[in-house]
Amino acid sequence: MIIEMDTSERGGAEALHRYELNGAYDEMYSAVDHPRKQYRPLHNLLLNLGADQLRRSKHEADQSFFNQGITFTVYGNDKGTERIFPHDLLPRIITGAEWERIERGLTQRITALNLFLKDVYHEGKIIADGIVPGSIIYTCKHYRREMRGIKVPRDVYITVVGTDLIRNPEGNFVVLEDNLRVPSGVSYMLTSRRVMKQIFPGLFQKCRVRPIEQYSQVLLSTLKSLAPEGRSDPTVVLLTPGSYNSAYFEHTYLARQMGIELVEGRDLVVHDNVVYMRTTFGLQRVDVIYRRIDDDYLDPLVFEHGSSLGAVGLFNAYRAGNIAFANALGTGVADDKAIYAYVPKIIRYYLDQDPILEGVETLLMSDPGQREHVCQRLDEYVVKAVGESGGYGMLIGPHSTEQQRSEFRDKINAQPRNYIAQPTINLSTAPCFVDGTIEPRHVDLRPYVLYGEKITVIPGGLTRVALRKGSLVVNSSQGGGSKDTWVLQN
Amino acid sequence: MLSRVADSLYWMSRYFERADNASRVLKATYGLILNPAKFSTEERWFRAVSSLAPGAASNNVDPQRALFLLVADPEGAFSIVKCIGGARENARQVREEISSEMWEHLNRLFHDVTGSELQANDDAGAMRVVTAVREGSYRFHGVTAATMNHDEAWHFIQLGKYIERACNLCVLLDAYFVVDKHADDLDWVGLLSSCAAFEAYCKACTAELKPDRIANFLLLKPEFPYSVRYSLDRMHEALTAISTLSLSRRTDQIERLIGRLRSMVAYVQVSDVIRNLHKYLGEIIEQCRDLHAAVHEVYIDYPIEVAFEN
Repeated sequence: MIIEMDTSERGGAEALHRYELNGAYDEMYSAVDHPRKQYRPLHNLLLNLGADQLRRSKHEADQSFFNQGITFTVYGNDKGTERIFPHDLLPRIITGAEWERIERGLTQRITALNLFLKDVYHEGKIIADGIVPGSIIYTCKHYRREMRGIKVPRDVYITVVGTDLIRNPEGNFVVLEDNLRVPSGVSYMLTSRRVMKQIFPGLFQKCRVRPIEQYSQVLLSTLKSLAPEGRSDPTVVLLTPGSYNSAYFEHTYLARQMGIELVEGRDLVVHDNVVYMRTTFGLQRVDVIYRRIDDDYLDPLVFEHGSSLGAVGLFNAYRAGNIAFANALGTGVADDKAIYAYVPKIIRYYLDQDPILEGVETLLMSDPGQREHVCQRLDEYVVKAVGESGGYGMLIGPHSTEQQRSEFRDKINAQPRNYIAQPTINLSTAPCFVDGTIEPRHVDLRPYVLYGEKITVIPGGLTRVALRKGSLVVNSSQGGGSKDTWVLQN
Repeated sequence: MLSRVADSLYWMSRYFERADNASRVLKATYGLILNPAKFSTEERWFRAVSSLAPGAASNNVDPQRALFLLVADPEGAFSIVKCIGGARENARQVREEISSEMWEHLNRLFHDVTGSELQANDDAGAMRVVTAVREGSYRFHGVTAATMNHDEAWHFIQLGKYIERACNLCVLLDAYFVVDKHADDLDWVGLLSSCAAFEAYCKACTAELKPDRIANFLLLKPEFPYSVRYSLDRMHEALTAISTLSLSRRTDQIERLIGRLRSMVAYVQVSDVIRNLHKYLGEIIEQCRDLHAAVHEVYIDYPIEVAFEN
């Protein structure tokens, strides 16, 4: 249905004029002027909204983010240390059928990776059976020898997961990265949904979008399910590195939504292998810690000795079974980018199933043949450091200079185990409101998965956008932004 | 509640009250220097500066410079902008404890007053900041009372607000009464307006401005929110509530201190203290400090051994 246009409001159709399809899968258009079915209500709205009106909406949204303090910290800037998280005004829409496959695929993948972690830190059968070489596992930057033989509650290692998916030119979702340590961004998913409902109430209702607001309740009950035995009404806390951490807003947001204490390392005291927090009425016992601090900084006795972010004795309390961590320690071994290449085998090994979601073809630089092959064609590949995240330590071949490539060639040859290469994938594009017009930008998708008594995939997620034209890097630290993600009811 | 959180709430509230106090005093004093009077403008500024920024006072402060320093000096620990920043920074540490409305409000006020770089000679700009804080303060108190649980967190906020207010009032009264030989009616209007008390005073005591009545009103009036007596009563309420909520803590020291403090204003007449006001006010401030230290030791930074004894 096309609504009659007021002549003063014709800017919208004009705003869409600069929309060019570039060979990537486009989320909105199946072909020029052919919007996909799920995008039609949005498309109609865009035809009828003036650029001025969009600009006003964008301003309103910005203001709402700013006043709510939905910001991230920019380091090295004394005055304006807070910026609002860059976000795009238009929602990204996923059909119920597409989602159903994502949900099954993620459940399968996470079940397998969790079994893998349990195996790696106990019997090591997958190594003995020659499926994944021990040399790769034991050289992982995030492998934690200290975790050998430790029983974790419910055998759940990865409680909170934020897997990065991308859509390839054929239109299929594939897994780009597993984030199994301390994935972040979920607060942006929740708050941008709130803002979008304010800005596009009619469209939201018309599209029949599945709700995501239950996230905090599910997270809390998931965390509670990890409590040590015999603790009937467990105390759950969120451990933050403090207000200077770039994700601090998210920590406060989640703690408030769940109604739990937000603690810092200095609030915790370990006595006789029991963890307490220091309160105005004395010491109170803590049972479950949702920690937003990396393994290395949790306990200076066991890990990084100079760290004051954690608390002395936490690891012994963990070993004694008096405290649960979410996620468990040492989970980074399963999201190492070299292990990533083995995930299809891992799924087959533990579950005897074919992977529902495929991964991206991954070449290990520790393999001489593959290294040779990639080093000669660096301009075609994306090279990533295995232990890094957040878009750091990465070479995007087609967008690189000869000098960058030669630097990477040296790095790869110096430490082959540290690098993998993947063919450059043209991420799908979605409409974004940029500088007064609507243009396609590359996007990925990070759904959030919670694993306690069972696995829950939240229907939605963070769609990250490479806001620079043509860019394929969506990380917020590298000029990326976010979009609300609408999963439609079947 | 976490001790660290209680501490942040307490300081958020103190900083906010400090900014509020400075804006009240500046608004009143700025109005005052526009009038010709026996007192030179410099002396009036000296009084304002000495009550707002102890230690930073000197006899020859250029009024315009002083206004800038008290409002926006980024270095000075006592400027309004700095105090609002301090309140916000403390609130930021405990975002999950305060209501979203409180944070939003405080955040907006912060961006309001820091948004434009204030120039040293921009009186109008400085007064805009003062007005924004005045209005923002009433709203913040309203939002706080309306949106928070009135539980332990709330009581720590109340405690911070009123301990700061009691001390500020004492310092201000001292600054005015030390020089009351030269004071004229306009000065007394200035003092009353500095405590948002002019109308309330007129209602209770008529517009006749007698120093001892004014002292009585601002020190001992239990019904007026900007009196020392009122502030100490609220502190007592907050401390009793905190002590009841936190059950087993050793609070006898705190009870003794607040009891003694209240008796200083509850069982005196103004004629008993007006002769030696400077000493009397100094004692109240001193005892507030002791109380602050005791609260810190019992609730915030207690030794672990003590906690395991209970």
